[in-house]
Amino acid sequence: MAKTKKLPEIKEPLKMLLSGNEAIALGAREAGIYFGVGYPGTPSTEILETFARIPGIKAQWSPNEKVAFEVGIGAALAGSRTLVTMKHVGVNVAMDPLMTFAYTGTVGGFVFISADDPELHSSQNEQDNRILARFAKIPMLEPSDSSEAHDFMKYAIEISEKFETPLMLRITTRISHAKGIVNLEPWPVPEVTGFKRNPERFVMIPQYARKRHTEVEKRIISMREFSNNSPLNRVEPGTGNIGIVTGGVSYNYVREVMPDAPIFKVGMSNPMPIDSIREFAATVDKLLVVEELEPYYEEQILAAGIACAGKEYFPIEGELNPDIVEAGLIKAGALDGSTSSVHPVGFNVLPRPPVLCSGCPHRPVYQALKKIRADVFGDIGCYTLGALKPLNAMHACICMGASIGMADGVQQVSGSKKPVVAVIGDSTFLHSGITGLLDAVYNQAPMILVILDNRATAMTGGQQHPGTGFTLQGEVAPQVNLFEIVKALGVKRVYDVDSYDLDKTIEILTEASEIKEPTVLITSQPCVLYPEKLPPQPFDVDLDKCNACQVCLHIGCPSISHIDQTTEKGLHLVAIDPDTCTGCSLCDQVCPEDAIFEITHEHAPV
Amino acid sequence: MDKIYNILIVGVGGQGVILASELLSEAAMASGFDAKKSEVHGMSQRGGVVSSHIRFGKKVFSPLIPENQADAVLAFEAAEGLRWAHQVSDTGLLVINDQQIVPPIAFTKGVEYPEDPIGQAKKQSKRVLAINALEIAHKIGNPKLVNTILIGAISQELPISPEIWEKTMRRLVPRGTEEQNLAGFAEGVKLTREEVTA
Repeated sequence: MAKTKKLPEIKEPLKMLLSGNEAIALGAREAGIYFGVGYPGTPSTEILETFARIPGIKAQWSPNEKVAFEVGIGAALAGSRTLVTMKHVGVNVAMDPLMTFAYTGTVGGFVFISADDPELHSSQNEQDNRILARFAKIPMLEPSDSSEAHDFMKYAIEISEKFETPLMLRITTRISHAKGIVNLEPWPVPEVTGFKRNPERFVMIPQYARKRHTEVEKRIISMREFSNNSPLNRVEPGTGNIGIVTGGVSYNYVREVMPDAPIFKVGMSNPMPIDSIREFAATVDKLLVVEELEPYYEEQILAAGIACAGKEYFPIEGELNPDIVEAGLIKAGALDGSTSSVHPVGFNVLPRPPVLCSGCPHRPVYQALKKIRADVFGDIGCYTLGALKPLNAMHACICMGASIGMADGVQQVSGSKKPVVAVIGDSTFLHSGITGLLDAVYNQAPMILVILDNRATAMTGGQQHPGTGFTLQGEVAPQVNLFEIVKALGVKRVYDVDSYDLDKTIEILTEASEIKEPTVLITSQPCVLYPEKLPPQPFDVDLDKCNACQVCLHIGCPSISHIDQTTEKGLHLVAIDPDTCTGCSLCDQVCPEDAIFEITHEHAPV
Repeated sequence: MDKIYNILIVGVGGQGVILASELLSEAAMASGFDAKKSEVHGMSQRGGVVSSHIRFGKKVFSPLIPENQADAVLAFEAAEGLRWAHQVSDTGLLVINDQQIVPPIAFTKGVEYPEDPIGQAKKQSKRVLAINALEIAHKIGNPKLVNTILIGAISQELPISPEIWEKTMRRLVPRGTEEQNLAGFAEGVKLTREEVTA
């Protein structure tokens, strides 16, 4: 694998069109950050991927967000300005170190990114992580676009170092993946001082931690004053007697539909600038709060005794957009107009859910699992798509690593007659599957674990992990051996499975389901997209043999489709797209008429 | 208020929607406009719907185009053109690439690929230009030119000069394909002229 291509050094001011994620990475470098660490997760992934390409810094993936956070703490205690990146649910994984790092505080500036996903574009929930910054009593910034995402990084480092605290920069998908114009500045030389001992501050045993809690409470009071005076929180004067408090991406929607309204724009949202908002509220007759997801601003404003309204008019679920904000403002009496907004007529023309790729090695595993009628507990990754039509082959999925624990738990109480199977990807197994499997062995759950090892963090774009043999910055790394891990945990039967051989896969699953203890199958076929897209190696359909039984269509392969030609009963024959078929042969294996064949050189059309 | 230009580019993962939207937003920035572009990746390589909002003007706030306000919608796929036809403004142009990508789900019970999506879209929008960009691309000699042909087809709706288009394309398209892409763009422009005179 080639090393990642480095970005050119920025030596003079430069204007660029950047995504929020790219802007954060370059802003981090400008703010003197030397070290970046994280775990991939949409919509956060490109932050660290971009940061890794900057010359003169160090960036790395960790197996999960908790580890990433802890590695980041170490770097910051050693005096490095540090960036830690993750998606919103990743912060749940990192909560343990976060809550106590808030006590010790940091030495080098420490900024962690929580990339939230309102609307669940690519997530299992749409939790609002602003609440977590308040819970941890740490400062939080919320940029509204790429330009602010970049600029806020410098403020973030300043605040983190001034108050010696970790800081959360909270973004959402529409910040991460939207592009805007950013003004870049030349880079400083990053400094690292080295770790200096201070046990009363860094060793969180009760007698020391009690004292640190006192510091946390003092800090939140001084940060509150800071927030009230920070330029990150500003009044934008306007006309009209209704004032609007807003922040993050919502600010843009409000400005879009009410260009002249008085606005209080929140940029530093923990601690909330309540005194400044109180002053703003006194200048208007009515205060509205426009924010995505939870009533985070609204509840704190109300708790301070300031009258306002928000979730009464704006939804708590999903993303906002200019139309939803406009409708809410009309309902609230801030705008004239009718709320009977046009509904998307053509929106339901055709569902087009994401599907497993042509030739994906996960597909035959689901065929085999259906064959043995297993109850399947799934996990987070591309293979979660196995839950959808036409596969319908996954029956529960909660969070990273949960597949194994769930299958284990089912067997602890029900002793199901059906095979109970957990499916998990390689990256997810290394993220948080190992301890689950340890439990299953320890408590002897009769279950099967299938590790879908395609040697990539495929869903987020093929990132490296400890099983791929390369680091984020493209260096060769030790490659962990999944077989050895599984055996070391105490699993006695481990099968090496080529999922492209459907009969053999079914045979192994059938055998494994007879064993009354945890058994593990590890599949070996690589991802069809990463590290390189597999070239076409097409199969074709013999139309004289095809009887339009549609069995091949039910494997859900995007390369197989109907053609116009039909049988006497009006059933469509099928075709295989030669440009996208990678030759996995699954359709050939399921075809009862033996109508599908590989196009070899001899058969190739001239 | 200063005019904000809104362009929505839609298609199916892997069709080149993202590169087209890069080209357009970079050309807008190079023309001195404030520009924003928003799309959601993640599922883009898994055959899902991909849509990219591009907005430019003196000062752009929302990264998303308000409903019914697109000056141009560029659909890389026929059913996607129908799906997003409602976004075209009353004077806007809907350009549909006459290519059908039928998802596997459309072969299951109860789901069907829409009948004559372009005809249906024409009932919703006044100005619809259906083009077979793939055929044109093949004629020029590179099936990957669909991108620039479609961009050429909406370029006449936008205040971006031919010089800026050319400079931006030369900078962003894969090296060695510059001349082909410029030819594709020119073919797209030609098609719009036909639409206007028709």
